[in-house]
Amino acid sequence: MAGLSSRSGAQPLPLVIAPGILVLAAVTALVLAVPFLASEYWVNAIIVPFLILALAGLGLNLLTGFAGQLSLGSGAFMMVGAYATYALQLRVPGLPLPVALLLAGLLAGAAGLLFGLPARRIKGFYLIVSTLAAQFFFEWLFLKVPWFYNGNPSATIALPHGLSVFGLSAENPHGRYWLTLGTVALLTLLSANLVRGQTGRTWTAVRDMDAAAAVVGVQTRSAKLQAFFVSSFVLGIAGALWAFCYLGSASVQSFGLARSYQILFIIILGGLGTIRGAFLGAAFVSLLPLILDWLFQHLLSGHVDEGLRQNIQKAIFGLLIIGFLIKEPEGLARLLACLFAGPSGGRPRRRNLRDLNQETKP
Amino acid sequence: MRRSLFAALLVGTVFGVGAPAAAAEVGQYIPLPTYRVGAYASSGELWWAGERDYFRYINEVEGGIDGIKLKVEEFETEWSPDRTVEVYERVKAGKDGSPLAFFFTHGTPASYALLDKAAADRIPLIDPAGGRTESVDGSVFPYAFPLLFSYYSQASTGINYIASKVGGLDKLKGLKIATVYHDSAYGRASQPAVDALAKRYGFENIQIPVADPGSEQSPQWRQVREVKPDWIFLRTWGVSTVVALKTAQRFGFPANRIIGDVWAGSESDVIPAGAAAIGYSALAPYPGGSDFEIHKRLKAAILDTGKSDLRDPKLFGAVNYNVGLVNAALAVEALRTGYRHFGARPLTGEEGRWAFEHLTIEPARLKQIGFDGLLQPIAITPTDHEGGGAARIQSWDGSRWVLQTDWIKADHALLKPLIEAGAKAYAREKGIVPRAAESAEAAAQ
Amino acid sequence: MSLFLETLIGGVLAGTLYALVAIGFVLIYKASGVFNYAQGSLLLFGALTFVSLKETGVPIAAALAVTAGLLIVTAVAIERFLLRPLTNRGPLTLFMATLGLSYLVEGVAQGLMGSRVRALDLGIEDLPLFLGDIMISRFDLVAAGVAVVLVVALALLFHRTRIGIQLRGVADDTRAALSLGIDIHRIWQIVWAVAGLVGLVAGLLWGARQGVQFSLSLVVLKALPVLIIGGFTSIAGAIVGGIVVGAGESLAETYVGPFLGGGITSWFAYGLALAFLLVRPAGLLGERPIERV
Repeated sequence: MAGLSSRSGAQPLPLVIAPGILVLAAVTALVLAVPFLASEYWVNAIIVPFLILALAGLGLNLLTGFAGQLSLGSGAFMMVGAYATYALQLRVPGLPLPVALLLAGLLAGAAGLLFGLPARRIKGFYLIVSTLAAQFFFEWLFLKVPWFYNGNPSATIALPHGLSVFGLSAENPHGRYWLTLGTVALLTLLSANLVRGQTGRTWTAVRDMDAAAAVVGVQTRSAKLQAFFVSSFVLGIAGALWAFCYLGSASVQSFGLARSYQILFIIILGGLGTIRGAFLGAAFVSLLPLILDWLFQHLLSGHVDEGLRQNIQKAIFGLLIIGFLIKEPEGLARLLACLFAGPSGGRPRRRNLRDLNQETKP
Repeated sequence: MRRSLFAALLVGTVFGVGAPAAAAEVGQYIPLPTYRVGAYASSGELWWAGERDYFRYINEVEGGIDGIKLKVEEFETEWSPDRTVEVYERVKAGKDGSPLAFFFTHGTPASYALLDKAAADRIPLIDPAGGRTESVDGSVFPYAFPLLFSYYSQASTGINYIASKVGGLDKLKGLKIATVYHDSAYGRASQPAVDALAKRYGFENIQIPVADPGSEQSPQWRQVREVKPDWIFLRTWGVSTVVALKTAQRFGFPANRIIGDVWAGSESDVIPAGAAAIGYSALAPYPGGSDFEIHKRLKAAILDTGKSDLRDPKLFGAVNYNVGLVNAALAVEALRTGYRHFGARPLTGEEGRWAFEHLTIEPARLKQIGFDGLLQPIAITPTDHEGGGAARIQSWDGSRWVLQTDWIKADHALLKPLIEAGAKAYAREKGIVPRAAESAEAAAQ
Repeated sequence: MSLFLETLIGGVLAGTLYALVAIGFVLIYKASGVFNYAQGSLLLFGALTFVSLKETGVPIAAALAVTAGLLIVTAVAIERFLLRPLTNRGPLTLFMATLGLSYLVEGVAQGLMGSRVRALDLGIEDLPLFLGDIMISRFDLVAAGVAVVLVVALALLFHRTRIGIQLRGVADDTRAALSLGIDIHRIWQIVWAVAGLVGLVAGLLWGARQGVQFSLSLVVLKALPVLIIGGFTSIAGAIVGGIVVGAGESLAETYVGPFLGGGITSWFAYGLALAFLLVRPAGLLGERPIERV
């Protein structure tokens, strides 16, 4: 019962300390070494989708984790980005890819803005209706109007000549990796700056204390719309990458409701309201099936019925989500912070996040 | 405790995945992207049982194909094309010394998603009775094999059957034929063919979409009642078929005037519809039933020895189980063709393509392998990747599917120009130079 | 005119089937403030258990009793291991937890009972019934009757029994109820169990329509707009909302669909709900004003 809480609002708490320079250097070195160390399979099937999912998670985290607006429409905004990129590349000859991606992101942002309009009047989980409406409407639109998929009888989209930019082609795994990595790194940097600055503070103010924020002069309505726009912008670009850098071709099915849930799970597991959370969550979601596969093969040596095994995996995934929400609402981001800082050295739990979007009491 | 366990898991995965499995004799690696979880699991469960049972039969009873054992591995996809792409990336380099000779996509959307990747990697995509219709044209799509029965052939065979019921193709003129379809890429795939057929034979073509998942269809069937069509071609999938049949009954449309397509004609579609499905007919490139010769062999060697993957023995011979059997048999016969040509060793993708492009199963061979009546004679060529294009018609009597006809051929003369035009457009868009049949031969030598 | 009337009546009756699903949500939302996404999976779980038992030859009454018992045990377990540890968390956290719960329930249910489609025959013959020109579905009439009976039974439970009165107390003012010594955990267990049983009824009716299989759990997506339109806190609202969605969908597909290429039922209900949110956010019959900015 949400109204039961007697805690009265959250104190402003210290900002998350950025991971140390050492960690940063290690990550950079690893990231640059990936194409030389990992097999083509790891790059194509694990690392590229991981990066794109992390970007999508980041997009949703801006909206849900930072600004406190729940969305089940991530798939829809990714879809807009992918179909817009396709339309721009197909119909505007000679348009450079970065410009097409940027425009597609802006269009996705506009779609987010449109379906975020109800946030001006309602909040909490009622917003999922608006975002679900986006999900179902765009699935219908991109299937129904042949213009969006150039009349292809199967309603799928694929770029005519593949993606390429600055000599990096999405036709080969290394090009795909660098293209994805560059886009993801750039957007992550921009987002990190955004949330550390005035915009981010406004968003968290809206998330934690909507009414109070309004009283002290924060433009809550425009802050929410801003969050919807920026989040959908990032999601849109993630969608375009997903379609053309990872899958190669896409249909509305690639961005269905299941995708929206997956992105939501990524930020729940990774950590709401952190930049790292999206990456950790995406890593977790990408690796979990591999871990479970490996466990089943080695512990039970394949003596389990296939159907049962797949269902057990699904149940374990559900259990993990519940477990994380109960035990570690700040997700892997905090779990890892504690791990590195030793059992007693963890930073104080940021109380405000535990009560994400708590109903304001009368 | 929990943390260290978790760290151990992570470390275990990173190193565990790379660790080689115990090296055994080298067999032909066959990965299967399957869906035993999620919305389509009800069809999948039986399909994989059929596929795995047949592969098991080949391994255990026949000692493999020319001595080469088949190494089958499953990957869960929940019918999601994205996850199928992941599986493809994971397996395309082969495993344990065996290259990948071909890849079952087990779903039309996945076939689309992999079309370009597989062509670049030179790995044949096998998707019987599915896939991209234009990819029947092997000169533009060397690595796509929508074997057996394309979506255009489905439309044409359905219309031919209706013609046989009304007394000839010339009697189609003036009839109203409505297609009730699942509003998705799959549901729309046959529209160009029905269009062309309507123009040729002069029947009225009415298209009525059902939104996914289709669990409430009163508005659609009310529309049917308004238009009063003579026949209905039902192209639904999953739960929308059950609801369509039930709603048709409620609106008083007789089930014996409804012809379902391949993916709307299994036990999963009619049993839940109960009495509403009695008299309903469906196209059957994979007829149901357990009286075929291969079923007798499987029953003795696999079912009765408790080795079957089938959970419920009552469903032995169900349509979806037979889908698995036929698909597995196509793969086995293609590999056999390849081994005869290249020698008995695991084939590469390029060799796999050659093998499928020279796959011929004549009636005598069908009898030998026990598939007489269950599978149509097949002749794949480098330019024709369908190789069959016929189906039998079966109708549901309330407890089992009863075969009504022998193999009914689609009108290939009419469909071929449509397919070629589509393939040409694709080639133009992608800058592909269609290969000539002879050069395809040369490339594989 | 008769087409219009037939469409309307057909839609209204189909809407009561949506309403049946929505009632389960209302019960849980009233008592524990959770939008229980897992209601769909629980519905599937109930129907699947019942059919599996029936298939193995268990008599119908016994199968019903065992299924009901299982649903009650599940409700207690959910309260103990999910709701209680999450007390005092925001509604979003609870919602996401029920998303996880739906994965868990689906995995367990299908893992144990398989994912094959099963037929469920309730013995209601679904032949068309004609009132003049107008065709009415007998099955939908029966379903509507069941919905009415269920609503009356729930009304009696809430207004005539001690538990019901306590429950309304919890819904109206949780803190006051707590200070009066009401055992809120027990109330939660009871409500989740009742919601599970309501879900079983809905699951059986939907299962008879489309076969018992995974897609049964997707009816949850239809329930959400119903709740927005009817109001999250009113059972009568769920019925009204169901009827509005059912009739609206039906009329829209018949009269507007052809101009948009058809197949608009997938999003029409959500569009309608969105309009309601902007005009009347509490829903038609909802009591508690929803969060407004």
